[in-house]
Amino acid sequence: MGSYEPVLLKNLGVEGSRTLEVYRQSGGYAGAEAALKMSSDEVVEEVKKANLRGRGGAGFPAGVKWTFLPKDRERTILCVNADESEPPTFANRFLMENDPHMLIEGIIIAGFATKSQVAYVYLRVEFHEQFHILQRAVDEAYEAGLLGENILDSGYGLDVYLHRGAGAYVCGEETGLIESLEGKRGWPRIKPPFPAVEGAFGLPTVVNNVETLANLPHIISRGPDWFKSIGTESSAGPKLFCVSGPVKRPGCYEGPMTITCEELIYGDDYGQGMVGNADVKAVFPGGLSMGVLTGDEMHMKMDFDDPRNFGLLGLGTAAAVVVNVETDLRDVLMNVARFYSHESCGQCTQCREGTSWMYKMASRIAMGAGRVEDLDLLEEVASKMGMMPGYSICGLPDGAAFPVRGLVQKFRSEFESYVSQQRAGRAEAVLRVLN
Amino acid sequence: MAWNTIDRNEPVVDADASPVLSEAVCEKIKTFFPKYPTKRAVLLPALHIIQHEQGHVSWQAMIEVAELLEIKPSDVFDTISFYTHFWTKPQGEKVVTVCRSISCELLGGREVLAACKEHLGIGEHQTTPDGKYSLAVEECLAGCDHAPCLIINERMHKRVKPEQVPALLADAGNADHGLPRSDLFDPPVATNGSDEDVIDATSDVAEMKDSN
Repeated sequence: MGSYEPVLLKNLGVEGSRTLEVYRQSGGYAGAEAALKMSSDEVVEEVKKANLRGRGGAGFPAGVKWTFLPKDRERTILCVNADESEPPTFANRFLMENDPHMLIEGIIIAGFATKSQVAYVYLRVEFHEQFHILQRAVDEAYEAGLLGENILDSGYGLDVYLHRGAGAYVCGEETGLIESLEGKRGWPRIKPPFPAVEGAFGLPTVVNNVETLANLPHIISRGPDWFKSIGTESSAGPKLFCVSGPVKRPGCYEGPMTITCEELIYGDDYGQGMVGNADVKAVFPGGLSMGVLTGDEMHMKMDFDDPRNFGLLGLGTAAAVVVNVETDLRDVLMNVARFYSHESCGQCTQCREGTSWMYKMASRIAMGAGRVEDLDLLEEVASKMGMMPGYSICGLPDGAAFPVRGLVQKFRSEFESYVSQQRAGRAEAVLRVLN
Repeated sequence: MAWNTIDRNEPVVDADASPVLSEAVCEKIKTFFPKYPTKRAVLLPALHIIQHEQGHVSWQAMIEVAELLEIKPSDVFDTISFYTHFWTKPQGEKVVTVCRSISCELLGGREVLAACKEHLGIGEHQTTPDGKYSLAVEECLAGCDHAPCLIINERMHKRVKPEQVPALLADAGNADHGLPRSDLFDPPVATNGSDEDVIDATSDVAEMKDSN
């Protein structure tokens, strides 16, 4: 993999990479300049040709998303999704920390392509340091005439405002984000109408992820053919991968979507293997929500298609967390279930109740008071939640169901052995106390 | 999602209470109006500014911000109650937020949280009696490459070991991140100068009083 030339992380480690000056030295804002000389439709066409699929989790082609905007619209709102809350994802944070101007350039291009007059960057509140970094970069861009009215004398104007969230995972869902932007609780909306038709403030709205936007300058400067030469046809372009947990070199790395999960953990350019050379018991390769792989399934390709062959929801955020053999999976199950029960927004019954029941069952199992039938029940609850069976407004319950179901199905014998090793009668005793 | 509840036995607001939002804070909130098509959209920025200044968002502040944004106080509480970051009760000077999500927990996050509890002598979502620290737990803070991590006010501390916690919490500078700050969501400073000017001004007043 030594031959891979970093694109999104090209300025990583360069001194002053956060400043406009350094960003410009490496060809920064050339993409925006070129885009502004084209027509909006031409920019959309280029991005469509490149087949840039959204990096936020769903993998929907960004250019196609833009074409859903009504042709006769007068105002458009661009929302930048920087509410990165999926455990264990930090690629957006990494990008904004190291190269905030790449995001701003992407915003200019996306804003121009979608004919937006204003872009709101919805930044999760826990990104305090990143907020200061990004706001400084935005101020710099305004001073240099890269934002505001008449950008680079093109006649196009765009205002960029940072909007800070307040600690809610569900605000990363695009309509949840829009509701939150409007000053309300971040409850996802029933679709249709889709945001492209009626989004923030009732106006046509596009929501794009930070990493998606960071790809735009490169697509415009180097062309869609170059972009498609990286990775595969359906998973084109550079991608940021995160790896964390007990690996030797946890971090955010860039590569083509041809690498496997194993490479991400063991590769010299990536995680460099496990601490203490422990074996891998399980991996959540795409953020928790996508589901789990066993140690024998690590040959899965980190692209948009292959995860489905392993019973996963998708590539997700391509952020892997590795669980080593020494870890008690009951704790992992409980941690996963707790996350979703904490973050469910409470609108849809099966998600609100289902996530909290899964958490209760998972905690009981972790307390050493599980029953074999709890495993069946967990599977049953998990299979009856979410958009895929068609019961929910947003995808959060699918994200809750996949890892829980994956853990229970793929590691059933392990959970059964935990249960069989419990002290006899403990499950019944704990249940009596809880009830 | 929120852990705050309403005590209906006590009147929540004193009808005769004097305003808690200063003119300057209201003006600062108004500077956000041109950025959004509706006034309600300014609610989150406004709450950030208020909480930065007062440490929490009181009932009285909710009423005043509702008036400013031309919405109902119940709308403000509706929004506040959804988000974990807005507090309706006073917090400590510094809020320690410990991550409890998967990467941190796999690498010892539980022990870090336990060390924080032990050192501060408080539980989750409690404040020390001297008002110095509050302890919160949160889901993933997106610092998984530096797990286990915790945030003190605005500064993220990375790869924290349980045995480092006492020294970390004793360090007066543990909330300074050393980055150039944007004051966008900060409460307005009373004078045009820096923080130091404000301190000087107050000490001048004290001196004047003393000399009188």
